[in-house]
Amino acid sequence: MNLRRDVFQAIADPTRRAILLLVASQAMTAGAIAANFETARPTVSKHLQILTECELLRQEQNGREVYYQLNAPKMKEIADFIEPFRKMWDDRFNKLEIVMKKYKKIDNGTKNKH
Amino acid sequence: MEQKTNINAQEGKQDLIITRVFDLPLDLLFKAYEEPELVEQWMGTKVLKMESKKHGAYAIETSHNGKVMFRANGTIHDFIPNQKIVRTFEMENMPIGVQLEFLEFEKLSDDRSQLTMQIIYQSEQHRAEQLKMPFAYGINIAHNKLQEILNHLK
Repeated sequence: MNLRRDVFQAIADPTRRAILLLVASQAMTAGAIAANFETARPTVSKHLQILTECELLRQEQNGREVYYQLNAPKMKEIADFIEPFRKMWDDRFNKLEIVMKKYKKIDNGTKNKH
Repeated sequence: MEQKTNINAQEGKQDLIITRVFDLPLDLLFKAYEEPELVEQWMGTKVLKMESKKHGAYAIETSHNGKVMFRANGTIHDFIPNQKIVRTFEMENMPIGVQLEFLEFEKLSDDRSQLTMQIIYQSEQHRAEQLKMPFAYGINIAHNKLQEILNHLK
């Protein structure tokens, strides 16, 4: 569960989102990623570390270089994250519909009596 | 099947939009938000106070086995029957903070209507806290169920 929370914190940062966008199209080395930012290299490394720890990025050794690439299944989990929230509202609104349909019937009933 | 309730929460933003189409005439949909007794029924909560008017206030409370589980309150900034409600909403003792809500009610046909709800949070992080809540709740329920089963096995 802590991992889940971390995932959300990971994507809440604009630099980290930019990194995810960068590597979405191709695997890149830390150096190549850092070249896209004005931020100091150690800061970018820290972001890469967080993204890797949350399993949003995967590291792949290629000769002497380490390449970073997007971990697609994990990204999909984030999209699924919102589903329980949607379900909560859907249940609530379904209840509203049922309550108001019943209310309408009672209302009509009273009107017919008069 | 197309979903009746949709959530649009764009990345990097601090708001979200909830839309829902109801098989109800517009006036009935609005009434569900206006009358405290009806709010109690569909929200499954107790309404402590509800002044459905501009500059009015409201407070709700949910108890379980005599213990208060949830309390929320807010103020109403605009209240135009069958059209619009602008209000704040704050859950007490939660890290989500105050949120600003714009509710727009629209007639689609004589017996169908739509609600569009825009919720604005203090920051993207606050929005993330809100989105996490039902998720964490679901996980907790699953855990409790698992625990129950395990207890039976003991």
